[in-house]
Amino acid sequence: MSRTDFPSTTGTVVIGAGIVGSSLVGELAERGREDILLIDKGPLSDPGGSTGHASNFIFPVEHSKDMTKITSDSRDIYREFGVFTNSGGIELARTEERMEELKRRVVSAKAFGEDAELLTPEEVEELVPYVNTDIIKGGFHSTDAGTCDPLRAGELYRQQAEEKNALRTAPNTEVTDLHVEDGEITAVETDKGTVEADEVVIAAGLWSPKIADMAGVDIPLTPAVHQMVSVGPVERFEEGPEGEINYPVVRDMDTQMYERQHGNDIEVGSYEHRPILWDVEDVPSIEESPLSPTQPPLTEDAFEKSMEHALEIIPDVLDDPDAGIRHSIDGLLSVTPDGHPLLGPIPEVDGLWSCAAIWIKEAPAIAREVSKWMTKGHPDIDIVAHDHIARFDEYGETDEFVKSRAHEGFQKIYDIVHPREQWQSTRPLRTSAFYNRQEDLDAEFFEAGGWERPRWFESNADLVDKYEDQIEDLQRPNEWDSRWWSDIILGEHLHLRNNAGMIGDTGFGIFDIIGSDAYENMERLCVASMDIDVGDAAYTPILAPNAGFVADLTVARLGKNHYRVITGGAHAGQDRTWFGNHLEGDAELIGRSSELCTLGVWGPNAEALMDSISEEPMTADSFDFAEMKEVTINGVTAKALRISYVGEFGWEIYAPMDRGQRLWDTIYEAGQEHNIRPVGTGVYGETGRMEKGYRLMGAELEIDYNPAEAGLTFHGVKDADFIGKDAYAEAIDEENTATLCTLSVTDHAPDGGEPRFMTGGEPILDQDGEVLIDDEGRRSYVTSAGTGPSIGKHLLLSYLPQEYAEEGQELQVEYFGQHYPVEVEVAGNGGVFDPENDRLFRKEY
Amino acid sequence: MEILTAIKRVPETGAKVSLTDDKLDIDTTSLGFTFSPHEECAVEEGVQLVEEHGGNVTVLTLGEEDATEQLRSAIAMGADDGMLLDGGDDEWGPAATATAVAEAVEASDTDFDLLLFGNESADAANHQVGVRVAEELGLPCVTGIKDLDVGEGVATAKREIPGGSEVYEVDLPAVVTVKEGLNEPRYPSMRAKMQARKASVEQTEPEPREDDLELVELEVPETDDSPAEIIGESPEAAEEVVDVLEELEVV
Amino acid sequence: MVLTLVEYDEEGLDDVSLQALTLARDVAEQADESLEAIAFGAGAADVAGEAGNHGVETLHAVEDDALDDYAPEAYGRAVVQCAEEVGTEAVIGPGTDRGAETLAHAASKLDVTMAAEVTDVEVGDSYELTRQRWGGTLIEHSRLSAETNLLTVAANEVSVSATGGDAAAVEAFAPDVQEGDLRVQLTAVEESDVEGVPLGEARVVVSGGRGTDGDFSELEALVENVPNAALGSSRAAVNEGWRPHDDQIGQTGAKIAPEIYIPCGISGAVQHMVGCKGAENILAINTDPEAAIIQKADWAVIADLHEVAPAIADELEARGHSE
Repeated sequence: MSRTDFPSTTGTVVIGAGIVGSSLVGELAERGREDILLIDKGPLSDPGGSTGHASNFIFPVEHSKDMTKITSDSRDIYREFGVFTNSGGIELARTEERMEELKRRVVSAKAFGEDAELLTPEEVEELVPYVNTDIIKGGFHSTDAGTCDPLRAGELYRQQAEEKNALRTAPNTEVTDLHVEDGEITAVETDKGTVEADEVVIAAGLWSPKIADMAGVDIPLTPAVHQMVSVGPVERFEEGPEGEINYPVVRDMDTQMYERQHGNDIEVGSYEHRPILWDVEDVPSIEESPLSPTQPPLTEDAFEKSMEHALEIIPDVLDDPDAGIRHSIDGLLSVTPDGHPLLGPIPEVDGLWSCAAIWIKEAPAIAREVSKWMTKGHPDIDIVAHDHIARFDEYGETDEFVKSRAHEGFQKIYDIVHPREQWQSTRPLRTSAFYNRQEDLDAEFFEAGGWERPRWFESNADLVDKYEDQIEDLQRPNEWDSRWWSDIILGEHLHLRNNAGMIGDTGFGIFDIIGSDAYENMERLCVASMDIDVGDAAYTPILAPNAGFVADLTVARLGKNHYRVITGGAHAGQDRTWFGNHLEGDAELIGRSSELCTLGVWGPNAEALMDSISEEPMTADSFDFAEMKEVTINGVTAKALRISYVGEFGWEIYAPMDRGQRLWDTIYEAGQEHNIRPVGTGVYGETGRMEKGYRLMGAELEIDYNPAEAGLTFHGVKDADFIGKDAYAEAIDEENTATLCTLSVTDHAPDGGEPRFMTGGEPILDQDGEVLIDDEGRRSYVTSAGTGPSIGKHLLLSYLPQEYAEEGQELQVEYFGQHYPVEVEVAGNGGVFDPENDRLFRKEY
Repeated sequence: MEILTAIKRVPETGAKVSLTDDKLDIDTTSLGFTFSPHEECAVEEGVQLVEEHGGNVTVLTLGEEDATEQLRSAIAMGADDGMLLDGGDDEWGPAATATAVAEAVEASDTDFDLLLFGNESADAANHQVGVRVAEELGLPCVTGIKDLDVGEGVATAKREIPGGSEVYEVDLPAVVTVKEGLNEPRYPSMRAKMQARKASVEQTEPEPREDDLELVELEVPETDDSPAEIIGESPEAAEEVVDVLEELEVV
Repeated sequence: MVLTLVEYDEEGLDDVSLQALTLARDVAEQADESLEAIAFGAGAADVAGEAGNHGVETLHAVEDDALDDYAPEAYGRAVVQCAEEVGTEAVIGPGTDRGAETLAHAASKLDVTMAAEVTDVEVGDSYELTRQRWGGTLIEHSRLSAETNLLTVAANEVSVSATGGDAAAVEAFAPDVQEGDLRVQLTAVEESDVEGVPLGEARVVVSGGRGTDGDFSELEALVENVPNAALGSSRAAVNEGWRPHDDQIGQTGAKIAPEIYIPCGISGAVQHMVGCKGAENILAINTDPEAAIIQKADWAVIADLHEVAPAIADELEARGHSE
């Protein structure tokens, strides 16, 4: 496209014509976008980004339902384009620890519907005869893994869009500025001209932060090196059948490397080397690059260990006398602070989207889901909970944070990552007013949304002895099960249920909606009625048009035109963005997260304690459930809301951050008489919640299941219109296909030996060992797992097909290859502990 | 047979070169380093000759300490020993370089039968280091060689000229400067590459001497990037092409 | 006095020597010195007329039967002796293999540094040079301040101009060549078994790169149809094993100077372009309108070379040009 052809106006601009941008234009055209302009500074079909040097293999099995689905969908799209080769893939274990991890892989494959099997070293050799089986314990065979051609797929996607007359393409066109007016994207400036646009997507891979900066926003990712060399010609491949790949891709997991045939060559890639992070400003231009901007030369000293390891695992091909290193690069790719992509609407600028930090193996399906998000308001696979760019909103966008987390995360790419594993770098970042006091009590901090939250307190270690009789059978002897866990949590739990506990800060995302149209907006966004009295609060789901979950949160009405939204810290950014993007008329969103701290006080003694220190009465009689009132405690004015996520009587108290420490001290000191203990979020988020069957956003609550299936229909269908109403009403009317149930493990060591405790993500099986699948094809797996010390059981939440969703139903769960008997405790909403909610609603102890 | 090959560490550049602020060097922030195709052929030739006749290949460079990386690359190709003349960060002129190399050869315990150089360096290209080393050591020298045949105490070397080649006979020991095309340099195997990283490299610090040629500054030439006149977008453009050829009177 | 080393063949002084003379004359004029030349071989005196036409006042014709065949070290020795005898402030040579080699020997014997690939000289207390680095990718400004300044002129960078002067006076020069100086001497010249016009001498050069996908048949056929045409290739095509290295045009291959260069399916990497910058005109054939070569060319055909090349051959035949 020459300068004269460059359009002056268009509907949608997609910046970046790698596999992501190309897939996106194809998928947007498929969904009816008619006026798309695709811009890239490089030529086609390989514009010089990471797409051009990727190793292009697809291993579909992940320890996450959504990522497994995204990857397998992408594979299917590549297959439809005829650019997928089903080579299979094998992950090797050199250690027993890795062999255990591979068992866990098989379990995840089963849970999320991929074929996989464990291999003995001999079976590995049969499939890949050049692997040195002397040094391996076995392998994990992903039979449906393979390789793809993303450049060709990109071409075909663009062709599709062009055939619909929906796409114009401007290669060799460099974006020089983004125009933003009144918080809205208006135009894209390039070296070929300026184009006005309603909607702009940044799909520029590792250059995305640079483009985002032109609009004054952040896309928190950093270019990082992934080293790769290509060795050939290998005689074995030359003599073998024709074709790009005839042997399964091998991942040598313990050395964080992979080896794959590519024609007559073997490609050896590594994530083992020290993290080498780049500044996007240092990435050379196409003209300055000998190969391409994302293929700087190999940093040889960093690759030394990888060469040793490659020679250990595939000496036969690497020592082929004719084979030499023909190509070697420090391939640049995008790494984010948590390893997940950065997707969705960018909170600060309307009409500006991010579609960045995406692997080849997931690009087409992510593009498809983002295109749905752009065209109908939500994706069908839940990429919102973990991949929404807004998750770093307000805290995770600095260079220091991005670089340190990327440095840390790079080393986890092939590592065995525990589901509860915590980040270590750039901490503490967000601390509440209670932080110093908690640290004095030897709190073990976990992080959520950047906030430091005590998971448990080492100072409560005495509770383990105190409650030994009750928790003896629930202690976790296995190292994996007890990793990032402490039995102290069980003690804290029982102490709270028996006396009182104080939990703070829970790291909530808090924002206010203010304006003369606040009520109308809130009514339109929430399932629960927002026609509540000033001073009252309501728990409410927030739904997408298909009645999938966008959020669940608490809303309090502080004034006629003033609502306060309180939501989980990890989803604060997503929820703010959803609200922000959907506000109409006179309604403004004001963030409060950093100015308010939250302290929960719950348990049988909470009433006596709080009433003794508050100037206003704080009793069951004076405070209705879900009522929010201003209270004054020892000179600190705060708002108290009678609510609980642990099923006990008590309050969440929101105080100004600058007076938080005084509030903590007052309650802590006065509480000694009432036997109060600070307890961690292990109780709040796991043991207490699980006993009550409370659902968690991103685990139980997600786009795949509707509120009826989640058991959250107690609001009924209000008269007022709200987003998702029709689908919601329909879901209530219809018979559920599946229902969320609470199950308990009835035998932790059916074959004797060490009792085991599931962590979540495991498949639920029938008595014959088959995974339960509902009529919509959804597989049953554990969405959350946690111990219930008050009832003496280890509890699991899982959606079960309707025919299995009944109390007393006996089933099995698979964990590390073993089957364990489980039983349905509660079908649908409700707690295993205090099912009538006497403690919570009526304060009956 | 004892062979010395000399190489020079140079950046691997793309189509566009950026200069440092003082304009005395290429900005290599995002660039890698290599040695030139001529010199790759020199190393390959040395390795092949030793494979055939036995002996050792010593690879030598004068440059900054990081040039060890290029010595290791040559060792990975099959050279046996590396020798770094640590010249610091400054670029040495051709006379100073030749003197340092000649002194290193004289100081060496090895009596070299053949000294292989690239015909000219990839960067400075002053076309004389090999010749000067020969002069200083009193050795015969042939340059620009694309075909080399080493026999007993004598080498036959050929230099390409339009329509054929010149043939020179030269007694060993001798200096031969070579051009790309002499042979097909091998890609080092991974094992050789790994072992080369562990090879020890002899290091000396030569005394610099004055050179008559002093760099003032570098300049990136302006290129005429006005696009060509598109005279056709299909095979029918053959007519226009022949019009051009007729106009130039070359047909 | 400025002394210029010149080379010649049966047709007279070669192009690069004329270029060297043109630059040397500029140096001589700036220094207000006379321009003289030195030539080896039996026919040296025959180029006096042409040398004079390019400003040479005196031509030193080396008279020594032993030096009829090229011998680099002996030539270097002779240049040094001539320079010393006539008292020159500079020796300037052509940027050819022999030119560079001879002056390198001379520079070493004089213990001065030679500057190669020079394109311009500003004479002052020292010589402010403009010379090429990286095959011309970069320009170097440097200062040469030797007792005698030795330099070679980059090939095909200086536009030759004549003065119309009278034939140069021929002075025989008999060097005192020592036995050892003849250790290396041209023993034979082998004709290439490749037929056709040498790349460096062709008026038309057609070349192919990666875009040929290894099929050079149409390009070969086209070259056969054009008089004085030669076939070349890019480094990529040589690396793929599609063409011999002798065909390679570029920084480490042949430098060409045809009247028209027709690169087909060649992207136009800078390392290639420095080999063809001597071309007077470039007509590129490429399917990619964004390829770098299009920016460098005078004319372009955006189409598949496998279709265009046969069409050109047909058109040549139709107009009666084909051989």
